[in-house]
Amino acid sequence: MDSVFDHAIRLGDDALILGQRLSEWCGHAPMLEVDLALANIALDLTGQATLFLALAAEEEGRGRDADALAFRRDVLDFRNCLIVEQPNGDFAQTIARQFLFSNWQELLLAEIAEAPAPALAAIAAKAVKEVRYHVRYASEWVVRLGDGTQESRGRMSDGLDWMWRFVEELFDAVDGAASLRPAWEARIAATLRAAGLERPRPMRPILGGRKGHHSEHLGHLLCEMQFLQRTYPGATW
Amino acid sequence: MVKTAIRADEVFAILQQVHDPEIPVLSVVDLGIVREVRDDAVAITPTYSGCPATLVIEQAIRQALDAAGLQKMRIETVLFPPWTTDWITAEGHRKLEAYGIAPPQPSGAVLCPRCGSAQARLVSEFGSTPCKALYRCGACGEPFDRFKCH
Repeated sequence: MDSVFDHAIRLGDDALILGQRLSEWCGHAPMLEVDLALANIALDLTGQATLFLALAAEEEGRGRDADALAFRRDVLDFRNCLIVEQPNGDFAQTIARQFLFSNWQELLLAEIAEAPAPALAAIAAKAVKEVRYHVRYASEWVVRLGDGTQESRGRMSDGLDWMWRFVEELFDAVDGAASLRPAWEARIAATLRAAGLERPRPMRPILGGRKGHHSEHLGHLLCEMQFLQRTYPGATW
Repeated sequence: MVKTAIRADEVFAILQQVHDPEIPVLSVVDLGIVREVRDDAVAITPTYSGCPATLVIEQAIRQALDAAGLQKMRIETVLFPPWTTDWITAEGHRKLEAYGIAPPQPSGAVLCPRCGSAQARLVSEFGSTPCKALYRCGACGEPFDRFKCH
């Protein structure tokens, strides 16, 4: 049985790492509206991470706070799933990641919001309202790109193919997550149908993020994200 | 001077003077984030998890309370129930509209704050702040922000 700390650190790390990844688009997105949207989604996720990690720190009771957990933990101590740490790739790959992850995150948060741990439920009830926007945004882009030109369709399809190997992990090693699978599959199928895209072929899943076995990408991400607090511990401005 | 006793309506009057840094036409009371005033504490509920204004709002409330001699009054953050746009007051709706931001209608209707037309088109789900979406009026052509129903 997972503790509140286990749940909070996983939810917090998922949100933190994806928020950081999406921030890399700031100033680089294909158009201004997309730039604003991705930065807004990143902001929501970073805010959720702050709340979940603050709760994890409190549960841990070792005098660390949310910032200490975010900026002074090493890569092996992170418990995020692997999909969130994957590089942005092109815009379609970023959208594929968001589409697969946000659909899962919304279902999970909705369940946690009803669960008996009141502190987790309060954060989840707030976050789920934000994630609904992320789901809608990503799903609309999956349809737009899938149902667009030959080029956009090919890229969307490639993006989904690339991210698909990290799907299995979302339903593995988290209490209750396996039961979300049918609802998640139904949502994904409906959007792919509207986009005229095929469900990617089954492939060998890659697992391990929840145990701290990460891809090489996470270390590079942390290097950039943690640099300032590592160099000037406790710096504020 | 440090005050020891104050009525809740007096505290609300003080907080009516504290404005949202990103939508300065609204006070924190209009926005509905002040949930409760007790003898020793003010309870506030943040709008969005990642709203950068949250910290600034808390600091502004602190300053206003201190300036009124209420240094001992604490500020509590309450996450549940989550903030909803239904908590924006009628006064808040009027102020938003006058400021050029379409207020959140429970019906989902989006009316151009300039000409009142219902022929608005969504440009982007995400606008200049987490709480707003970008629209353009089909009648007068005006681009405008709409406070999202949340």
